[in-house]
Amino acid sequence: MTVAEPIIANDQDTGKSELARRLARTWCQPKGFLGWFSNTHHTVIGIRFMVTAFIFLLLGGVLAAMIRLQLIRPENSLIGPDLYNQVFTMHGSTMIFLFAVPMMFQGFGVYIVPLMCGARNIAFPRLNAFSYYLYVGGALVLWGGFVTNTGPDVGWFAYVPLSGPAYSPGHRADIWSQMITFTEVSALGVAICIATTILRHRAPGMTLNRMPILLWEKLVISMAVIFAMPAVMIASGLLLLDRLVGTHFFNPAQGGDVLLYQHLFWFFGHPEVYIIFLPGAAIVSTLVECFSRRRILGYTPIVVSVVATGFIGFSVWVHHMFATGLPQLSESFFTAASLMIVIPTGLQFFCWVATMWTGRLQLQLPMLWCFGFFFVFLIGGLSGVMLASVPVDLQVHDTYFVVAHFHYVLIGGALFPMFAGIYFWFPKITGRMANTTLGTWHFWLFFIGFNTTFFTLHFLGLRGMPRRVYTYGADMHWQGLNVLASSGVVFMTAGLLVFLANVIRSLRMGKIAGNNPWGDAGLEWSMSSPPPPYNFLHVPTVSGRDPLWEDPPDQPVVVGLRDDIRETLVTHSLDTDPQHKDEDPGPSIWPFLTALTVSAAFVGSIFTPWAVPIGAPPVIVTMIGWLWPRGQSPTPRPSGEIWVR
Amino acid sequence: MATRAISDTPAKWGDMGSINEPIRRPLTLDVSSLPSVAFGHRNTTWLANVFYMAIEGMMFALMFATYFYLRTRSTDWPPGHLPPALTYGVTNALIFVFSLAPAWWVRRRAPEGDRRAVRNGLLVLALFALVATAFRVFEFTTLNCRWSDDAYSSTVWVLIGMHSGHLVTELIETLVLFAISLTPKMEGTRLADAAINSDYWYFVVITGLIVDVLIYGTTRFL
Repeated sequence: MTVAEPIIANDQDTGKSELARRLARTWCQPKGFLGWFSNTHHTVIGIRFMVTAFIFLLLGGVLAAMIRLQLIRPENSLIGPDLYNQVFTMHGSTMIFLFAVPMMFQGFGVYIVPLMCGARNIAFPRLNAFSYYLYVGGALVLWGGFVTNTGPDVGWFAYVPLSGPAYSPGHRADIWSQMITFTEVSALGVAICIATTILRHRAPGMTLNRMPILLWEKLVISMAVIFAMPAVMIASGLLLLDRLVGTHFFNPAQGGDVLLYQHLFWFFGHPEVYIIFLPGAAIVSTLVECFSRRRILGYTPIVVSVVATGFIGFSVWVHHMFATGLPQLSESFFTAASLMIVIPTGLQFFCWVATMWTGRLQLQLPMLWCFGFFFVFLIGGLSGVMLASVPVDLQVHDTYFVVAHFHYVLIGGALFPMFAGIYFWFPKITGRMANTTLGTWHFWLFFIGFNTTFFTLHFLGLRGMPRRVYTYGADMHWQGLNVLASSGVVFMTAGLLVFLANVIRSLRMGKIAGNNPWGDAGLEWSMSSPPPPYNFLHVPTVSGRDPLWEDPPDQPVVVGLRDDIRETLVTHSLDTDPQHKDEDPGPSIWPFLTALTVSAAFVGSIFTPWAVPIGAPPVIVTMIGWLWPRGQSPTPRPSGEIWVR
Repeated sequence: MATRAISDTPAKWGDMGSINEPIRRPLTLDVSSLPSVAFGHRNTTWLANVFYMAIEGMMFALMFATYFYLRTRSTDWPPGHLPPALTYGVTNALIFVFSLAPAWWVRRRAPEGDRRAVRNGLLVLALFALVATAFRVFEFTTLNCRWSDDAYSSTVWVLIGMHSGHLVTELIETLVLFAISLTPKMEGTRLADAAINSDYWYFVVITGLIVDVLIYGTTRFL
């Protein structure tokens, strides 16, 4: 018990008190080779998600550079059509499935959410770790295929009939399908962890009405993941069955339908855009509040907008299919729905502007990236409004105009806020400040490079240059704009190199950050940087939306949680009244072993359906190993148990 | 029994009554007397199970949508096949309905700490799941189509195959919980797990009955 000891505030925790020592012993993270695979703490897994996703951002960037290099002049023979098909498919698949969602939703979410909630770990930490290893498995399958000349070559959405058995023999499309299974199971696992953490592990006092906007957005995204990702798993699963065992879901000759695939895919695909964008908006809301030095203006409208975006995002998927000859009525409906989504997004924009306008804005490095987001995402949003109109969409469908649009939306909505977030939480994660000068160079190089490349693509699209062609004739007069577009890659690459140099330099000699270098209000800034393994010396309570700004100095803390086992507090979903205590299951190698057996079954099923019955027993064994109860408590638990029904 | 059951034990706010009252500067919120095992909706695994059922339910819903979508691509339904034979399907539907009884029993007795009843209930539930799985094998033989015949057949096989995957998963989970119930490890948290297992069984039964309506019902009147 901890009550007898003097109460030390979380921000005064030096790690030297008796309680801190006991907690550090209880929450210690496993060491050594096997320990690396047994670690289940959210800060560790969150960083792994982020680092891994960033590596795939770089790899996806290399592929993008290859595309721009190939298109720099007409009739270029640098990359042949077969490799080019693989390169653009790998680029899109890598950026969406291996970078954007794992970085913006999983990486940031897993690291930040428990700290913002005031929790000592994420809910279901083993499921969280399992999700990470499965994500890595999917990434290795996709890239393993690519380096062995079996990379998918059917576009990142793998439309049938091109990806079906008749037009794509071999295993390229199968690899794409199974990569989807890997990464989506991973995202679904993390969605369960994050949603449960937000709903059950918030600090007492952090009612729904006081929840940081970032937590609201993570909750909405988790729900979007839970309801959207099954659609792509069904789509890719049925595609795999058509290819592997001869079903006919997408074969019109046998009663199947190719548009069914598009419906299933885009029912996932459009919510996916918001699954990528909303984490960016969440970062921006957090930063705008912090650097405007005032409470965010329009908390309720922003929360309502986020929830509305989550819902409306599920009713616009058909605008990706305007060129398929759908009935006019449904085209009109989906145009209206697509235009409607401007309202909640616009509302958020106005709230951010109003907050900055009425606050005392500090243009620090993370905020610079937010301004990049405002500019870039706004342009992407405006061209999105244009594309929601059926006649415009038909005119520029599958041209570089669409490519320009979605890069403005996705890079604007994800990459710029990502860098803002990295610079913002870098001190918390590493304990050191990132260098501002290098960060500013990084921003301008990337910003100039990005706009040079992608603004130009609008005009290439309007001049009729189609996507996914490996070359073009000199008589099309597209070379000048292609050279301009490709030149932007040089700046973006230079910007990324400056960023990497900044990270390496700052890790070694960056200024020591302290607990709260930005003077932010969130609970994640109340403990030392980087956080101790137990996160909070005392689970905090809060009395306002901005705890570190508003709470009185002697804001109460939670006592009575055991420090000899990993006890956590479970609170009510709505009003956060403490309800009961739970126990964190602690480190385990089993999630990693389960990920291995599941991966083996998934990979095997690319080649034979027998991989399912043969692969199932090892999966079952490892899952039993994972879930079989072990003596986690030094004292016999039943004698100390109190039950609530 | 060493455990004691308390319906609701509030945390203590120093001299405070509730967290939502104005704060009068207490220093601590003592949670030491809070329960360490929660049943029903308070349990975090219960919530995860709800999310899991939402994911799986979404998958079933999309497959149902696929079934009806493909129906619009064909003039005859089933196209050139006899509808699946009713014998095993109807028998299995009845088994599912009767299996709700042991699931309900486990769910009801677990919060009481009645390990013996839970153990017996899990055994009966596992037997029901085992029999349902055996009948499911026969169901596959009387579908009157093969998955590679046409899109209709593919959908029927995937629908029933998907549900069979859930059935077998649930069978294994129930067997594992039964094995745990034979050991001293069947304490509070595991009893809560047994109750949650019943919730999941309900889900398997409900989706199974909907699949039955599609496969055995709509092929006869749609």
